[in-house]
Amino acid sequence: MSSEVQNLFETYARLLDADRLEDWLDLFVDGCHYEILSRENVAQNLPLSLMLCDSKDMLVDRVMSLREANIYNIHVDCHILSFLHVEEIEGVIKAGCNYAVFQSNQEGESRLFSVGRYQAEIIRQHGVLRFKKMRIVVDTGAVLTLLATPL
Amino acid sequence: MNEILSRYHFPAADCSRIPYGMYRDAEIYGLEQERIFRGPVWNYLALEAEIPKPGDFRTVVVGDTPVIVDRAKDGTVHAFVNRCAHRGAIVQRQLHGNTKVHTCCYHQWAYDLQGKLAGVPFRRGVNGVGGLDDDFDPTCHSLQKLRVESLNGVIFGSFSDAVEPLEIFLGPAFVAQLRRLFHAPVAVLGYQRQRIFGNWKLYSDNVRDPNHGGLLHMFQITFGIARLSAKGGAVLDAEGKHNMSWAAQGAPAAGGGDDYQDTARGDMNIKLRDPSMLQYRKEFPDDLSLTIASIFPNCTFQQIGNTLAVRQFRTKSADEFEVVSTFFGYEADDAEMVKHRLKAANLAGPAGLVSMEDGEAVEIVHRAIVRDGDSHSVVEFGGKGPVKDQENLVTDVPIRGFWLHYCKLMGITPGGAA
Repeated sequence: MSSEVQNLFETYARLLDADRLEDWLDLFVDGCHYEILSRENVAQNLPLSLMLCDSKDMLVDRVMSLREANIYNIHVDCHILSFLHVEEIEGVIKAGCNYAVFQSNQEGESRLFSVGRYQAEIIRQHGVLRFKKMRIVVDTGAVLTLLATPL
Repeated sequence: MNEILSRYHFPAADCSRIPYGMYRDAEIYGLEQERIFRGPVWNYLALEAEIPKPGDFRTVVVGDTPVIVDRAKDGTVHAFVNRCAHRGAIVQRQLHGNTKVHTCCYHQWAYDLQGKLAGVPFRRGVNGVGGLDDDFDPTCHSLQKLRVESLNGVIFGSFSDAVEPLEIFLGPAFVAQLRRLFHAPVAVLGYQRQRIFGNWKLYSDNVRDPNHGGLLHMFQITFGIARLSAKGGAVLDAEGKHNMSWAAQGAPAAGGGDDYQDTARGDMNIKLRDPSMLQYRKEFPDDLSLTIASIFPNCTFQQIGNTLAVRQFRTKSADEFEVVSTFFGYEADDAEMVKHRLKAANLAGPAGLVSMEDGEAVEIVHRAIVRDGDSHSVVEFGGKGPVKDQENLVTDVPIRGFWLHYCKLMGITPGGAA
């Protein structure tokens, strides 16, 4: 199972890096929850997030807004994932790993954009693993420039 | 005139032309720390709700000066520069906490909650050898104090002995706006931080420019939620240094019609699948659903629907600043309202659906104005001449209000001879 979970995370990162956001949405179940929180708030037990989608529809809207409405720095992302940890409790898979996202502009200048941890709940649906919940705790709480593309 | 200031020329007395160099020059930046942030102004520091108990503190930044804000045993609020009087180290290294004294880790000089030097280890040396001379007077080595005033739990600080009382500085419209937003005890929901690689004044211009709202931030336009032709405007204080851009819920401006056919994007009228975060739960006695109130020089109080926050601008250099936003609701909010505010927060901040563009807008200006410091940006929407309240959103007059006051404090005469 661990390699199946690893495959899911890698697909997640690969689709984001390839800007295939619509395909990336397919990795989430309908009643999903997607949230990006800063470590600063988590440490103080404060609930505010940087991005919060408490339904699949909200996540779809985010992607649609990025495509149709929002203006942001032109960039590509490169995810590096590490230290996958997986446990299964009563049919729900809890998995986490560290991530680093490097962001590069059109001129090939790269910067470390964000580091932190994925904390996911994963379920099996129609035979394949899908994210039920993705909670991302970012150490890089001071967002560089802006945060458009999901982490 | 000061040699640094004489490098740039404001050709128009109404500040409808701003020289690019004012945004890029490191020495102008240095002068701003002295004349703006440490000048005759009140800087936003923190909310009393963040330091409710005696001994509670938070470390903040005024301009680029580190500052401690705390509450003393008697409940009074104090602020002082977070720099040891001994060797200049940061005294309080924690972001927040509760303490009896602020102790510098370097040589353990300790300061009480009012910033007074309360203890120096080995002041008498060891067995009469070493230590400080007998004429050392601890009362001369306190942390540098800021004047502090609080309005409805919003704490402001000043380095200036000359600044007028806070409420006079704010003026009636902004006192009213703070009383409106802080009409009841608030509960902090959390913080957001954004590091923008541009000059801080490009951001303070941005929050005084209602005209960009419906042209750069296309979320609301694209999804048919709001338009620049909505009922709205800008309120200024008597000097024009503060500005509140406002829009009212569901009220189109008289006359209808607008010019979106002239933009590349127009009205796409796409629908959101889950518009629940956009719902505005009326919570103030008026119809204002959007208020962006910017107080000279370092903060903005925002109400985007039910998303309430105060943004503190912290400068890093001429080329970088941080925006630290404190989001809040009210202690009396029920669980549903808290949930709604947290969801609606998707609209604001560095990842905000109606605000993320600001980071990019500031940076693309900052990059392009690297040269030609005496060329100018054009600030003429809403008309030239005297600065006054605006009854529509197609205006950038409040930017000129900021700059007129900025020039006054810096010692610049706009329109004067080069």
